[in-house]
Amino acid sequence: MTTIKKPKLAVWKFASCDGCQLSLLDCEDELLTVASKIDIANFLEASRRVVKGPYDISLVEGSITTPHDQKRIRQIRKKSKYLVTIGACATAGGIQALRNFRNVDDFISIVYANPQYIETLETSTPISSHVHVDFELRGCPINKQQLIEVLSAFLFGRKPNIPPHSVCIECKRRGTVCVMVANGTPCLGPVTHAGCNAICPSYCRGCYGCYGPKETPNTTSLSTWFSEQGVKKEDIVRSFRTFNAYAEAFRKESIAHEE
Amino acid sequence: MGKNNKNTTEKVILKHDHFQTLIDLLKEREYRIVGPTLGEGAIVYDDLNTVDDLPIGWTDDQDGGVYRLKKRNDRAFFGYTVGPHSWKKFLFPSQLRLWKARRDENGFHIENDKNEIRKFAFIGVRSCDLHAISVQDTVFMHGIYSEPNYKARREHTFILAVNCGMAGGTCFCASMSTGPEATSGFDLALTEILQEKGEHYFVVETGTELGAEILLNVPHREAKKEEIHAAETIIKNTSQSMGRTMETKDIKDLLYRNYEHPRWDDVAKRCLTCANCTMVCPTCFCTTVEDVTDLTGEHAERWRKWDSCFTMDFSFIHGGSIRASAKSRYRQWMTHKLATWIDQFGTSGCVGCGRCITWCPVAIDITEETREIRKSEQTHSPNNSIKEGNNNENA
Ligand code: SF4
Ligand code: SF4
Ligand code: SF4
Ligand code: SF4
Repeated sequence: MTTIKKPKLAVWKFASCDGCQLSLLDCEDELLTVASKIDIANFLEASRRVVKGPYDISLVEGSITTPHDQKRIRQIRKKSKYLVTIGACATAGGIQALRNFRNVDDFISIVYANPQYIETLETSTPISSHVHVDFELRGCPINKQQLIEVLSAFLFGRKPNIPPHSVCIECKRRGTVCVMVANGTPCLGPVTHAGCNAICPSYCRGCYGCYGPKETPNTTSLSTWFSEQGVKKEDIVRSFRTFNAYAEAFRKESIAHEE
Repeated sequence: MGKNNKNTTEKVILKHDHFQTLIDLLKEREYRIVGPTLGEGAIVYDDLNTVDDLPIGWTDDQDGGVYRLKKRNDRAFFGYTVGPHSWKKFLFPSQLRLWKARRDENGFHIENDKNEIRKFAFIGVRSCDLHAISVQDTVFMHGIYSEPNYKARREHTFILAVNCGMAGGTCFCASMSTGPEATSGFDLALTEILQEKGEHYFVVETGTELGAEILLNVPHREAKKEEIHAAETIIKNTSQSMGRTMETKDIKDLLYRNYEHPRWDDVAKRCLTCANCTMVCPTCFCTTVEDVTDLTGEHAERWRKWDSCFTMDFSFIHGGSIRASAKSRYRQWMTHKLATWIDQFGTSGCVGCGRCITWCPVAIDITEETREIRKSEQTHSPNNSIKEGNNNENA
């Protein structure tokens, strides 16, 4: 690279568990290269040094759950050339989006001793519901190789290789035997976005859908098949209602099996 | 595989306890020996060291979307049918680096990245898969251009075929004239015979000089008439117990006539566009190419990966995907397998192995889809069926 000025990267946190930011810290071997190529201008989980914006790339973790966050994400968008959301919270609302299916005041009164101090929105929503997002990197948590891929792609102005097809393709490429066909284990792989390299099926578990819906997910056909195999309605609801519960396709499918 | 020489020797008998000698001889010749073995609840293809790595005494139960391992009540070496893997995983790897390059002050350099490819010995190739290999040979080696990676692997592959002693629940090679008897494309072909009195042997047919040469050093004797007859009976029985059938008469025109048909909408409701069918199909050959750079920008690599006509990216051109609907993707796949392939390569793209039926998570069955379209023509005139589905957008 002949660039003289290193691009500035900022990492922001909203409602989340920090797991996705940790994936960046977890890039031990690559982190030094990242630091030599990118000016890490704001990454509180790693360093207290804060460089003022504007930023070339903002990585955003977490979902929007408070009025304050609603404002903050707009400000961040303004100072960021590219805004990339990372993880199920930022791309779909996360596990905390389970509140979207219930009355949030009921939760508040159960959980907090002094509910009057709680200022929260009724829903947990993805960043893209509030501002324009340039790229969404999925996963709960994200895969660090994919994060490096996205950063490299942005650095060199190319398209990231993050295919939106099924987990099944990853299963088959690695030669994993299908757990649905060979064991009758329900698996969300056929409707789930690739990216994890089919970890769960490789340990004989069904896919939990951590990466959210794939392109053109046929959730109706898959749950029809699940019911024919004897999976109970409430279990179908539960299987679609995890980290990506509020992602459109999963949300609709779980609602269709409710009551 | 060695040169084909069809007027070869008489059939001979190989006792089951001499099978290891055969493996040892192939090892001595520095083959990487791969074949059936138990793994993750199925019979998969992987490296074999000894005869004990074979799935001895195991079989499989197969149907649409279902595969279950089961114990047999004998110690058959090859008492099962084809499983989730096919030989293409060795000849046409699912992920392959095509080249890597380095950038420095002087520019861009392709780095020498020649991997030594070990020659393979395939143990237990079924007739349907011999045909599938031959289909891929046509695609990768017999056109104007040949694919050097495939060719390098393929040319030195030794093939030990096995005639099927049973047909699986989704097999339909008899309909496709691709089995269950291995008739060409092998170095040696076996029929496994297990007798009640505990006799266990193989009737061996030689297909090439290389096969004959290997066999020369394995203890064997000439086969008796009744032994050859026993082998023929086994193959005949297998051929009569196919789990599936497919009428192939006029199949190309049948599908060309029914490009618009309500059945495509029906299957689209069930199809997950998950691509399992294409991944397990031993003839499917589509790939995508990914170029990657690292963070330093000093290294680049080009990877080739199995792809599928069931993804959106597959048909992505400027402006979007041509086949956005599940209907258009399933139709593309099935019509290619059974019809356009014939125009393109002169054979069917389907060898009747049944894998796409077994490994489809929701049991979509290529034989059933074809049958339904055919049936509709018998109840309506073809003109009607064209009318029913027309005006639909293709995507
Ligand atoms: S195990 Fe799950 S992800 Fe893998 S091929 Fe089967 S259904 Fe697809
Ligand atoms: S289309 Fe299905 S049955 Fe035909 S060769 Fe491919 S996997 Fe086998
Ligand atoms: S399709 Fe035919 S050749 Fe292939 S495994 Fe089944 S019986 Fe054997
Ligand atoms: S036919 Fe079956 S295996 Fe093929 S894409 Fe559709 S659901 Fe997946």
